[in-house]
Amino acid sequence: MSDTSSRLRIVWIYPDLLSTYGDRGNVLILRRRAELRGIATEIVHVHSSDAVPVEGDIYLLGGGEDRPQILAAERLRADGGLKRAAERGAAVLAICAGYQIIGESYGDDADNPLPGVGILDVRSGRGETRAVGEIVADVDPNLGVGRITGFENHQGRTAIGPNAVPLSRTVRGIGNDGQTEGAYQGQVLGTYLHGPALPRNPELADLLLRWRVGAIPPLPPSWGERLHEERLAAAL
Amino acid sequence: MSELPLRAQLAAALGKGAASLSRATGRGDGSVIGGRVALKVEPDLLAKLARGRRLTLVSATNGKTTTTRLIAAALRELGEIATNEHGANMPTGHITALANSPDARIGVLEVDEKYLPQVLRETNASVVVLMNLSRDQMDRASEINLLAKKWREALQKSETHVIANADDPLVAWAGLGARYATWVSAGQRWKEDSWCCPECGGHLKRDPDPHWECPECGLRRPEATWAVDNATDSVVDPNDQRMPLQLNLPGDANRANAAIALATAAAYGIHPKQSLPRLREIHSVAGRYTSVVTNGVEVRLLLAKNPAGWLESFAVLDPPRVPVILSVNAQIPDGKDTSWLWDVDYTVLRGRRVFVMGERRTDLALRLETDEVPFEIADRVDQVIAGLKSEQPDLTKLDVIANYTAFQQIRTAYGRVQ
Ligand SMILES: [Zn+2]
Repeated sequence: MSDTSSRLRIVWIYPDLLSTYGDRGNVLILRRRAELRGIATEIVHVHSSDAVPVEGDIYLLGGGEDRPQILAAERLRADGGLKRAAERGAAVLAICAGYQIIGESYGDDADNPLPGVGILDVRSGRGETRAVGEIVADVDPNLGVGRITGFENHQGRTAIGPNAVPLSRTVRGIGNDGQTEGAYQGQVLGTYLHGPALPRNPELADLLLRWRVGAIPPLPPSWGERLHEERLAAAL
Repeated sequence: MSELPLRAQLAAALGKGAASLSRATGRGDGSVIGGRVALKVEPDLLAKLARGRRLTLVSATNGKTTTTRLIAAALRELGEIATNEHGANMPTGHITALANSPDARIGVLEVDEKYLPQVLRETNASVVVLMNLSRDQMDRASEINLLAKKWREALQKSETHVIANADDPLVAWAGLGARYATWVSAGQRWKEDSWCCPECGGHLKRDPDPHWECPECGLRRPEATWAVDNATDSVVDPNDQRMPLQLNLPGDANRANAAIALATAAAYGIHPKQSLPRLREIHSVAGRYTSVVTNGVEVRLLLAKNPAGWLESFAVLDPPRVPVILSVNAQIPDGKDTSWLWDVDYTVLRGRRVFVMGERRTDLALRLETDEVPFEIADRVDQVIAGLKSEQPDLTKLDVIANYTAFQQIRTAYGRVQ
């Protein structure tokens, strides 16, 4: 946890610009799964006109439309706080439009490349078709997360550079390119599983918590695990 | 309609034939198929049918069917009205509505948000009514910022008179593109899609509500001449006359719809004192807000299709502790993606008996668990009522909030109540 606080600081970046598809769910589930284990949390909302604090534990970036995405990327690059936080070892979960802009570059609505925040070695552009629907993927075994499920709705295609690793291999759906889904580099993680990726995948939520607080006790299965099973069964 | 060219007359007649056939075979209410047949024969049909009429187009994410109904009710003061009151809100539905009322000189058309620029261009409507824009149908590219931009550009190119909600920044920004505007302070409960300036992306200053302005580029809420006052259930007109609304439709959202309808009727020269009694006659719209009495319990049906709609529904739940059933499906008309559940704050349901139903009730269950709202799983409305009655024989009321197909399933179970 951060050196200045005994609480786990969950920093939600630009909910006013990047919060299109239930992204709030990730904040709520992280808080709940931390607090059920007795870990106190503090939620910090960073608006587009605010400076990004450097001493957070877990940073969340959601999805967004083309124009808000560009505005968010410009503001994050000018601010510099997210990059410094990642360099200090904070965990980052970036979803969809957020995933694209934390990379090296991403495409605007005409697929002109624009510079990203540069904390994940990926490059994104626009595909021919929109990827819409349930997605299932097997996460890199090194992360101990297993099979994830979600909903994707994006036109992006993402190429992973040498410093990053694919998060998972797709079983159903498109993800980065039809083969892999998402990417991670250290404790920075990006995914096209939009919106409530953590509510639908409790193990992924626990991965982010482990990254910041170390080993955590398991929780008794509840509705999150049931939903995970149900969606896997429905998608395959 | 004798001034209509022969080909268009033929197209309209063919469309009507197809519509009656569709109704007779029970395949629909006919409003879409009729228009589709007619458009094949005469692609300019909408423009031709619109010619010589004073049309109002009504668009928004939420409330367009209700507001269309309210405006049509007010404008009947002037005679026959052409309107698509069954909610067929794409051009084929507009063609059917206009062809079915060839002699109506006035029309009120509900228009799907995406089709508004096209329909405005083709019909050259005199009035465009805009109420709200928010996230909807998550599995589609529901880019509302882009939509607002297209609205703005379409309005810039037209001579139309806009009547719009000044309190919704995206809607106001779109409406500011028009040359003539009437601004209504109609309120905005759901603000999660408009914290950022539509012009420059700056974080809007939204205080005191309903005022909003951008500290970075100076864009600000236009001055409204009409206002809803929810606290006193009244509307204030441009002459500062305050009138009690006393609608039979519940909630702040319907007060907003009614204020917009009054402002629209006023643009046609009808005084609110004449319009109001007509608005009060409406008790339900296509089954929404209907109550059915079953097993001695009054069951109220509320349709909520997106986060803003759910928030409005929570606000009209019967006090203090009427049990509520929530039902969610994810079929094509609902959107296949249930992510939006996480955008709604369910904590307001704490302290109430809550049941979850529908094909995606597990999603709802996790959502409520996360907000620490106790709930029970249910299969059918009548089972919930029977169970509640056995514990609580004096139970008299139950509310049901459902999204589109879940709502239709429940409505059908009660005999397609109107
Ligand atoms: Zn601005």
